[in-house]
Amino acid sequence: MKEDPGYYDYWPYENRPRIQWPNGAKIAFWVAPNIEFYELNPPNNPYRKPWPQPNPALPGYTSRDWGNRVGHIRQMNLLEKYGIRGSISLSTALCDHHPEIIELCKERHWEFFSHGIYNTRYTYGMTESQERDMIKDSIETIYKHTGQKCAGYLAPALSHSENTLDLFAEVGTELFGDEAGYYSCDLFHDDQPTPIHLKSGKKFVSIPYSLEMNDTIAYLVQKTTPRRYGKELMDNFDRLYAEGAESGTIMCIPTHNYQVSNAHRIKAYEEALEYITGHPDVWVTTGKEIAQYFMDNYYDTVLADIETKNKKYGNA
Amino acid sequence: MATLDNDYLKYPERSYGMDHDRYEWAMLHDRKPITWPNEKKIALWVNVSLQFFPINQQGIPFKVPGGMTKPYPDLRHYSLRDYGNRVGVYRFFKALDQFNITPTFAINTRLAERYPYLLGTVKERGNEILCHGYHMDKLHYGGQDIIEEQELVKRSLDTLRELSGQDIKGWISPAKNESENTPDILAANGITYFSDWVNDDMPYEFKTKNGNLTAMPLATELDDFFIILNNLHSAEDWAHQVEDAFEFLLKETETNGGRLLSLNIHPWVLGQPHRIKYLEQVLEKLSNHNAVWSASASDILDVWKAQK
Repeated sequence: MKEDPGYYDYWPYENRPRIQWPNGAKIAFWVAPNIEFYELNPPNNPYRKPWPQPNPALPGYTSRDWGNRVGHIRQMNLLEKYGIRGSISLSTALCDHHPEIIELCKERHWEFFSHGIYNTRYTYGMTESQERDMIKDSIETIYKHTGQKCAGYLAPALSHSENTLDLFAEVGTELFGDEAGYYSCDLFHDDQPTPIHLKSGKKFVSIPYSLEMNDTIAYLVQKTTPRRYGKELMDNFDRLYAEGAESGTIMCIPTHNYQVSNAHRIKAYEEALEYITGHPDVWVTTGKEIAQYFMDNYYDTVLADIETKNKKYGNA
Repeated sequence: MATLDNDYLKYPERSYGMDHDRYEWAMLHDRKPITWPNEKKIALWVNVSLQFFPINQQGIPFKVPGGMTKPYPDLRHYSLRDYGNRVGVYRFFKALDQFNITPTFAINTRLAERYPYLLGTVKERGNEILCHGYHMDKLHYGGQDIIEEQELVKRSLDTLRELSGQDIKGWISPAKNESENTPDILAANGITYFSDWVNDDMPYEFKTKNGNLTAMPLATELDDFFIILNNLHSAEDWAHQVEDAFEFLLKETETNGGRLLSLNIHPWVLGQPHRIKYLEQVLEKLSNHNAVWSASASDILDVWKAQK
């Protein structure tokens, strides 16, 4: 075990090079619906219990199932209304269980990225080769069902190993060269993209995927009221939009159909989407497009700035 | 770090549909629209849960949410729950009648045994009674001995049917928790609908070894206990959430047919003096709206069954 995962260097949030998003946008805005499958009777993992009750654990399972049966269409209609293509964090087994949902998203040109196989199968305890197999399975499944070469990764249930980012990048390269496996949603250290150090030296970035704006964190952990959550989304946007004039920022709303699409919550969410997309200098986009744009235009500039800043007062 | 067996990467249920055979996978959006009587848009099911939390809680296999949390004798939680059955529920009766709402009552059988006056009052009102299990500390759970559970269900239903004089058809397990056998046992004991699976907004067919049940949605997410005591929101916030849900569902009926708004409420939560006003406000708003059909679960299900 290490005291620091070693993925990125310190990069102070002042005097950064100016990032400008396409058409002079100040903020890149993306919505990442997690479309997940939780199992009714998942196998045990010694490091994390899938459900608090003995199987069949109805309270958790049935609420997630609600997200697929009822919630998905509601959020999809809403995103469509505001011209937002979802960037799906996908439990890839859902391609097998619920192909109808995959088709609906494909028709709308949404992005699919890997969120493992099931959200009830954790990385904890996997050997390197097991984790590699699991990641490979997920990327291959996305390709088979959608034709997309998976660019991004969010570890299933945010369960990681020390190898997670390296393995994702390596498997992406093995399958599709530089066209897959180049961004991560697993790090929450910044409001702008960050070049990531990997063992392979592959060009790879962290794209901000906000846990703070994540509906499940808001509703299940913070136990926020829906109207308050809508307000927080707008407050988050206001600040990042203002700061984006100096250097382009990113706002992500990670969602879950079983949370945000509930009838008592979706109105507050809609108000926030209407507010955000109603501003002029917003690039409404996907995770993959942000990663590509950053890598094509700012990756090297940012690396140089990080190096300069770290030399200013001497290296640690 | 202990490593995992390779079976952890095998997925025996990874195929079309659900990972079990209890019901068909079907998105609500793809189902046939339902029309409620008199062109109403929203069927309103108000279910009052009448519960008994014994103070000698065993907590098998877990402490029921809302139950005792302190060392025995936990007078504070016991008596605060009992408040609902002595005081809060009588506030509920008045509010329901004032706004002409037709409720159902989901009753723990043990409560019906202990408080004949309360049961008698509910019987006299003529509202439908559902069985809410024996009491809140008699959980149905994975791995439970099947004979034990069969006896528990039979005792809960036989006794409640006898005491209530009603042919009880509906069931809600304590904590909406079940064993792998619960639906089969319920169907074998004359239950026709149950509300433990919160995975839909409309009723659907649920398979058991002893014939089909209907799963009747009763939203946990709008439950007063969940919002006020689990999420720690105010009663006013609960009212806002119900209002927002109602408005959204009403809008959805413009393109999707009738919808169901289900409210599960507890006299020990919303029956408190500082909270009852918000229940009254919600009931007033809903009852004044001409799109709302307030009905019992069975009446709603009859309409659904005739059209499904």
